[in-house]
Amino acid sequence: MAETGETWAGETWAGGTRAGAIRAYAALVGGKWRSMLSYRASFAAELLSNVGATVLDVTTVFVLFRATATVGGFTLAEAILMTGLTAFGFVLADLTVGNIDDLKRYVRTGQLDTMLTRPLPVLPQLVFTDLPLRKLLRLVFGAAVYGVALAVNDVPWTAGRVLLAAVAPLGAGLFFGAIFVLTASFAFWWVESGEIGNGFTYGGRDFTSYPITVYAHWFRDLFAYALGFGFVSYQPALALLGRADPLGLPAWAGFVAPLVALPAVAVATLAWRTGIRHYRSTGS
Amino acid sequence: MIRMRDLRKDFSVRVPAGRLRREKRLVSAVDGVSLTIEPGEMVGYIGPNGAGKSTTLKMLTGVLSPTSGEVSVFGLTPVPQRTRLALRIGVVFGQRSQLWWDLPLRESFRLLRHVYQVPPAEHEQRLRRCREMLDLDAFLDTPVRQLSLGQRMRGEITAALLHGPKVLFLDEPTIGLDVVSKQAVRSFLAELGATGAVTVVLTTHDLADIERLCDRLVVIDHGRVVHDGTIEALHARYGSRRSLVVDLDSPLPAGFVLPGTSVAGVEADGHRVTFALDETSAAAAVAGLVAVASVRDLSVVEPDIEDVVARLYRAG
Ligand SMILES: Nc1ncnc2c1ncn2[C@@H]1O[C@H](COP(=O)(O)OP(=O)(O)OP(=O)(O)O)[C@@H](O)[C@H]1O
Ligand SMILES: [Mg+2]
Repeated sequence: MAETGETWAGETWAGGTRAGAIRAYAALVGGKWRSMLSYRASFAAELLSNVGATVLDVTTVFVLFRATATVGGFTLAEAILMTGLTAFGFVLADLTVGNIDDLKRYVRTGQLDTMLTRPLPVLPQLVFTDLPLRKLLRLVFGAAVYGVALAVNDVPWTAGRVLLAAVAPLGAGLFFGAIFVLTASFAFWWVESGEIGNGFTYGGRDFTSYPITVYAHWFRDLFAYALGFGFVSYQPALALLGRADPLGLPAWAGFVAPLVALPAVAVATLAWRTGIRHYRSTGS
Repeated sequence: MIRMRDLRKDFSVRVPAGRLRREKRLVSAVDGVSLTIEPGEMVGYIGPNGAGKSTTLKMLTGVLSPTSGEVSVFGLTPVPQRTRLALRIGVVFGQRSQLWWDLPLRESFRLLRHVYQVPPAEHEQRLRRCREMLDLDAFLDTPVRQLSLGQRMRGEITAALLHGPKVLFLDEPTIGLDVVSKQAVRSFLAELGATGAVTVVLTTHDLADIERLCDRLVVIDHGRVVHDGTIEALHARYGSRRSLVVDLDSPLPAGFVLPGTSVAGVEADGHRVTFALDETSAAAAVAGLVAVASVRDLSVVEPDIEDVVARLYRAG
């Protein structure tokens, strides 16, 4: 019996190291990957249908632009840079935190309980447990659209613009990621939040796919400036193209625009932290 | 080690009031619970449906923040120090699975080893013990979604123990299990408790779990503790006694009194009499009886905990 006692009592709590946490998340991703392999055929189908969906999204923009030579005072090529930046940033976010939308289900069913009793923060647990690997090919596509858009435009390359070209998609990705987390957090207060969060997330993406000059005044002021969507793709694209903002912001605004991700992440973190304290599990 | 002081949890729920209006109402799920649990104890939590057992466990494990009052486990406050606490406790919620649904059971254990960062040798040793004691080998390679409830529950308990927790919280670990699985789970927990290495706190509706496992019984009703002590103490408090049932050749004479007992029932025209053993032993009562009557058969009946608890719930 003494031997058994030693078996159970764990004196060495290795938990809590950063390297260990990274291995833990890697294991969660591995678990997701193997789970998917148990449904190989449907995984392949989803992978393909996801590419299809992205192709369709971008084609829609092309079709719209073909009808008019210019959009809101921008040429087709210039507008495509905004679309490409949005597409790339969005898929970065979607591929990492896109499935956070599932939080609704975890909250409604009380399944979040099991995540709360593990020695890891809940948000990364959810993200890595449910990494939407079926969206992997979207990433290639998003990057391609952005690359092509950079190539077809006459970008006056400088060191600053090279840096901006690299940072802008990351900023956009962080910004959209924050929106995903923020809208998902609604579920903590409002279990039947349904598709409202999604409407906001996808609406935001569609807004930033076009030059903001196409929108009506009050609508543009609200989304572009108050909510920050104007700094996700429109402003960085202006800076990359070396064009003055027809709406009057100074030229440097485009270079610092990716920083808009920081307040967005702060707001999302606050919403998440407050929300998780409101979690009330379920009665059974 | 586990300390609760005046712990409360209110839920605000919306209830229909009239045709369209819904009004807010507070439900006190846990209403001022104070308890201390020492290392090595096995505590059974019982109470009618909705009494607040699960809610209490959720506050102890860092799932829910208390509305008021204090709670500490190993000196940690569960919600703010959730991740540190998680390394030291094991949790089984009978109604929810912590296993990976689409993966073989073995894979879930492997993933949990990484999640809890358990050294491989320790993990291996504990898994080996669980495999032996809970007979896991037959379905270690079966995807969790294909396991029966009893098999899955054995997997859940293993999963909760692999990181070597000092306390194991189980919410209805035997719910829905057949007699054999229940027994497997009980004898495993009994052995685990007997080592003294793990403190066990469990909730159940099956009083046999308590009788088999727990030295200490906490009865909770409407969010309050109505009894805290041994099963014997519960019997003593509610005046439940052992009884002596005798079959007689002929009825007892009128006015017969057996010292230290009272007559609890007379059947079969006086040929069967039940004496409650108020203040005497069964042996003394039998000796007193055979001196005056011809006894054909007799049996001693233990008090029924189900009866006591049913009375307790009704009183609450
Ligand atoms: N998430 C929740 N939201 C609203 N009310 C809740 C919630 N969880 C529990 N309750 C209420 O709190 C009370 C206690 O519930 P709890 O689940 O703790 O009971 P229990 O003792 O575990 O019951 P059971 O034996 O049926 O499992 C009940 O009245 C229940 O309706
Ligand atoms: Mg319960």
